Amino acid sequence: MSTRIVVRGARVVDSRGERAADVAVEHGAVVEVGARLSGGDIVDAAGCVVAPGFVDLHAHLREPGKEEAETIETGSRAGAKGGYTALVAMPNTDPPQDSVAVIDFVREQGRRAGLVEVVPSGCITLGRQGEALAPMAELAAAGVRIFTDDGNGVQDELLMRRAMEYGRGLGVTLAQHCEVAALTKGAVMNECSCCTTLGLPGWPSIAEELMVFRDIELARLTGARAHFLHLSTARSVELVRAAKREGLPVSAEVTPHHLSLDETRLATFDTVYKVNPPLRSPHDIAALRAGVLDGTIDALATDHAPHPRRDKELALDQAPPGMLGLETALGVALGVLDADLTRLVRIMSSNPARIAGIDDRHGRDIEPGAPANLVVFDPSATWQVSPDSLASKSRNTPFVGMTLRGRVRHTIFNGAFSVRDGEAQR
Amino acid sequence: MKHLRSIDELGHDGLVRLLDLTHHMVEVNRRPVPKVPALRGRTVVSLFFEDSTRTRLSFETAAKRLSADTMTFSVSTSSVNKGESLRDTVETISDMGVDAFVVRHKSTGVPWQISEWTNASVVNAGDGWHQHPTQALVDCFTVREALGKERFDGLTLTIVGDIMHSRVARSNIAAFSMLGARVVLVAPPTLLPPDVSHWPVEVSYRLDDVLARTDILYMLRLQSERMSQGHVPNLREYAETYGLDAPRAAKLPPHAVLMHPGPMNRGVEMLVDPSLLPNSLIHRQVANGVAVRMAVLFDLLAGESSAANLAPAAP
Repeated sequence: MSTRIVVRGARVVDSRGERAADVAVEHGAVVEVGARLSGGDIVDAAGCVVAPGFVDLHAHLREPGKEEAETIETGSRAGAKGGYTALVAMPNTDPPQDSVAVIDFVREQGRRAGLVEVVPSGCITLGRQGEALAPMAELAAAGVRIFTDDGNGVQDELLMRRAMEYGRGLGVTLAQHCEVAALTKGAVMNECSCCTTLGLPGWPSIAEELMVFRDIELARLTGARAHFLHLSTARSVELVRAAKREGLPVSAEVTPHHLSLDETRLATFDTVYKVNPPLRSPHDIAALRAGVLDGTIDALATDHAPHPRRDKELALDQAPPGMLGLETALGVALGVLDADLTRLVRIMSSNPARIAGIDDRHGRDIEPGAPANLVVFDPSATWQVSPDSLASKSRNTPFVGMTLRGRVRHTIFNGAFSVRDGEAQR
Repeated sequence: MKHLRSIDELGHDGLVRLLDLTHHMVEVNRRPVPKVPALRGRTVVSLFFEDSTRTRLSFETAAKRLSADTMTFSVSTSSVNKGESLRDTVETISDMGVDAFVVRHKSTGVPWQISEWTNASVVNAGDGWHQHPTQALVDCFTVREALGKERFDGLTLTIVGDIMHSRVARSNIAAFSMLGARVVLVAPPTLLPPDVSHWPVEVSYRLDDVLARTDILYMLRLQSERMSQGHVPNLREYAETYGLDAPRAAKLPPHAVLMHPGPMNRGVEMLVDPSLLPNSLIHRQVANGVAVRMAVLFDLLAGESSAANLAPAAP
């Protein structure tokens, strides 16, 4: 870690803007930002961007419990290759992340893999069952800053009110998977004219929007910080936009797939397109993109959800929802968002770092003293997604065969290369 | 034609070709020995993940009359070993040497998934709420036979009941429209799909309003679980609003015909004994099932052979 690394010839992009400069790191921190830096291990990064390492608010790393799909090590490797230096691990593991023992295990496995910082989220309710609060204070004392039952929305209004009141006292963020379960029983795809013809049970937008609305009002009532996971509908964006205009303490994320793929994909009957919330209409996609550009949506989050081959090779009604995201997020985002690089770095790094409560060490502007968690990517390099080149243990990416623009060259985690020239270093 | 998975995939010309071919099969079925060697050496597997005695027997009889070998894999989804993926099941059976899979599954899309995993032809015998193309062929053929018309221009098909959950309705809307019929859907809004604005149909919530201009009245089965799911308050109310009783039957024009895909729910959608109605085609639908499925299997598996291959087997 004591090796000096100099990233030479890149554009430095952080939340404040961009400028041309070399960046030197040593002892786990940025030590110099300036012209013609030398010494140590010099990487030529002409034409590239150097930015604070990406932070994913939403990764299913599957360990413990479903190591056939992904492990913390393989998920960390996929993350590092995607330019990430921190991943918030979703709590729907087996056992779930509702005890200090599991939280410590997840964090420790992340440390062992050593490729990114694995940041465990905690369950809001015991076992994600939506019936009783998880020991939130105990989990917060163990370092958990963000709580969610992701995969399930907390259905009970009183319990959610209590979670937010209790969470406010702990200074943590409550992240909701917005889905009124009674409205989505058996649902496979967006409720739309397409699902009418395909005869697939529909997941109506209102099932998301009702819960977004409820939690905005609960945030108003309790003063707790509410974060909305994987927003997928135009109305949800409007609700969050209005709440932010009022100054309510809410934030929101969107996935690369909800920004890029629409409901008509399901007409192929390929289970790779089954995801929760479902792929929506072109109208929703346009509203989500606009929400990112005007700052209503704070973060791009992958909802990286690996599944083994055999689970996705079931009928549509039985196959589990979810798709990979870590290794393709940058390329998809650059392709679909008409955003400048500063905005891109905000939604992929500084904003999610703040929401996850890790902005002391991730998403920091690049200046001497900042922790050396950086990504170097070539925003114009194109590459074709091939499943065999993925570091994830699973292969369920909907972007197979697509040509993406924007490729990660190097990722620097804690002052050392986790990825160099596109290759994971461990 | 490699597969028969949906009416849209089949297209107008394919639809007409299969209906024409069905006439030949009806002739074969009238012979003292209703069996031809056309598919000798071919293997047809029924892969039924959902119970269906009638459709399965109809396909198996069709295959046997064409001298194909048949295998049956019949399993309710709940008892499928959770460890085995759909793909593994299909590949295992495919390895035994199969020319066609006849597939029924409670999930939409399974016939398409299966055709990715095997070189055999795939016949959709019903996937979820999506498609049941051979039933639509049966229904079109039955109307053709009854009315002596090859095109249905100027005719109104009224489909009554649980459109939302009905693969029969989806296939028939496509098939009858292709042949020129006007299609009217009659159901409470809770039993209609979320958005039918792009379908070539007219929608009515009141059966009494459309009976007088109906030429083909198609009653769908209402499953009792629709009540517990809140689609209708109770079966009695449904029967009163959408069931076919004697006064409603009397409102139909005298030439109108009655159809039902079976099995019928007497006392729910059918409050009158259809056998007492002069123009019920319900028995013809069942009778034509075998001939239609023979036409489908022949078309998929006999390759370039013409209908001349339907000569009786040499003794």
